[in-house]
Amino acid sequence: MLLEVRDVHKSYSSPGKTVQALDGVSISLAAGDFTAVQGPSGSGKSTLLLISGGLLAADRGEVQVADQAPYRLASDARARFRAQHIGFVFQQFHLVPYLSVLDNVMAATIPTGLNGAAARAKELLAQFGLEHRLHHVPGQLSVGERQRTALARAVLNRPQLILADEPTGNLDRDSAETVLSYLGTFAEEGGAVLLVTHDDSAAARAKSIVHMVDGKIVDVSGGSGDS
Amino acid sequence: MSVWHLILREIAHRKLNFLLALISVAVAVGCLVGARTLLRSNQLVTADILAAKQQQVEDDVAKQRRIVQQEGAGLQDAMRKITKGLGFNILILPEDQDLHELHVEGTGSQTMPESHVDKLANSRIVTINHLLPVVSKKISWDEYDRTIILTGTRGEVPLAHRDLKKPLLDHVPEGTMVVGFQLHTQLGLKKEDKVKLMGREFTITETYPERGSADDSTVWVNLGEAQEMLGMQNLVNAIWALECNCATLDRVAEIRSDIAEILPGTQVIERGSEALARAEARNKAKATAQAALKYEEQAGQESLQREADGRALIEKQASDFAAVLVPVVMIGCGIWIGFLAMMNVRQRSTEIGILRAIGLTSTQILAIFLGKSVLVGLVGGILGYAGGYAVGVAWSEYAPDAESAEVLFMPSLAIIALVVAPALSALAGWLPAMWAAQQDPAVILQGD
Repeated sequence: MLLEVRDVHKSYSSPGKTVQALDGVSISLAAGDFTAVQGPSGSGKSTLLLISGGLLAADRGEVQVADQAPYRLASDARARFRAQHIGFVFQQFHLVPYLSVLDNVMAATIPTGLNGAAARAKELLAQFGLEHRLHHVPGQLSVGERQRTALARAVLNRPQLILADEPTGNLDRDSAETVLSYLGTFAEEGGAVLLVTHDDSAAARAKSIVHMVDGKIVDVSGGSGDS
Repeated sequence: MSVWHLILREIAHRKLNFLLALISVAVAVGCLVGARTLLRSNQLVTADILAAKQQQVEDDVAKQRRIVQQEGAGLQDAMRKITKGLGFNILILPEDQDLHELHVEGTGSQTMPESHVDKLANSRIVTINHLLPVVSKKISWDEYDRTIILTGTRGEVPLAHRDLKKPLLDHVPEGTMVVGFQLHTQLGLKKEDKVKLMGREFTITETYPERGSADDSTVWVNLGEAQEMLGMQNLVNAIWALECNCATLDRVAEIRSDIAEILPGTQVIERGSEALARAEARNKAKATAQAALKYEEQAGQESLQREADGRALIEKQASDFAAVLVPVVMIGCGIWIGFLAMMNVRQRSTEIGILRAIGLTSTQILAIFLGKSVLVGLVGGILGYAGGYAVGVAWSEYAPDAESAEVLFMPSLAIIALVVAPALSALAGWLPAMWAAQQDPAVILQGD
């Protein structure tokens, strides 16, 4: 399994109340899986994604990525593990504003020191149609270009798992298509994708769709990618 | 891609933040270096002034010493000459001469060999000089019906081991006579007069002015003639001498000891008033000269000390001011750098979140922020050193030429500036960097 989440609980406490974000959630993704997570706001989708990515420790339950338990690693080791095995894509892109497109992608190699990173970065950017934008900063890019840059950064280190949080939320149709198409291809080539989205058409590209309500998985259905 | 690449790109992006931090470090280091350079300049100026002053004092003292020595020697010589007029003050007498008789009669009755004077002259004695052998006796000058003191002298006998000195009393040649004041005035005698004494004819060659002593009633003739006239061939009554200006406490005892060794069977008396007057006058002259020299030296040293005290006060005031100003400026700048670093961390929280998400460790995040602080410190230190040094040299009292600028350059301070400035900058940025490194990426990303 590339991602194994078992009986995970997570709650947030604030003065006077406790919110149960995840309540006994279990999910597993094998190589080639493309799973979409849908649900209303506050249903725990993003929390599930952060816990799956080794960024947020669960209160209870087990998480394994590529057959390793990231939360049993020390903080810095977990960061390096994340760099090697997981790629993140966010709705807000989260590009470093002062780095060029190429440097933003290359930033992912700081923790890994990947050999031949520059060539691969350029190759990916060309694949995403950004070869003419290598030395532009994010402020000079369209939103679609920014998300493609973020996608290139996410896959530079050849991760096995992509965690995408509303990656098409701010994109036009063509750009969204490019991103979703790539995620599909990534899964087909042996990776696994966990996509959090409100967008039904985006979710429909997944092999399976997990529906969450109040921190619980209430339904699992097949998407159009499930062939 | 490295952390340094990230740091440099961020600096290029947020120039104002970097510039403000840079100025802050440069001001702090510039303050320190400027203050130290000015203090060093003050020290060098002080050293120059004091060296010049010292030289001036030494020159003045040397000049004064020459003058004082010259004038003092002149004064002492003048005193010596003046007091020489007091005449002989040491009287060497036969041992059996009754001093009571000598004082009552004015002359002694006992004799000793004339050769004594030659023996004394050929000795190495240094405590006396101007030896004058005399034969003297109170007689009746029948030709004029007067009682006189007849003194025979052959003039001063030079000491063999000493330079010839101008005699106190000139030689009286044979057939000539020198007459004291009372005699020549009362008897109407004058130079070139021919007179008879004890049947012998003499030509008066000198008539003395009034001396107010027995000399006024004395007639001087050649020693040999006097000895013949008095039947005292090869004998003398006394040897007059002048004591040297010996610095010993008991000079008479010393003279007596010396003479007793050379001339056994003699006694020595000192004409106290003359001897004391002479010694005291010459000693006073010497003391006055030495006191004048000492005063000059003391005045010079006091002037030098006043200058040194004045400069030390100026340096202390400058040092005290720098001791307050520099820490205040450095602490202020440190707080400001810390504040700027904190602002930078806040501004970059999303960036920190995403960098953590893509795998950068907290140590790498810490390195990004501390690296920037060190760079700020290093560049600020260089600029601050250059600026502080330039201002220090420009404001220096030390002549701002190439050579003095080189003298004011302090390599140790440059090293301190280049090591301490980055260290302090890193220290000021430490807390914000730690804060950045400890930020939870999940919280940041959830916040977005």
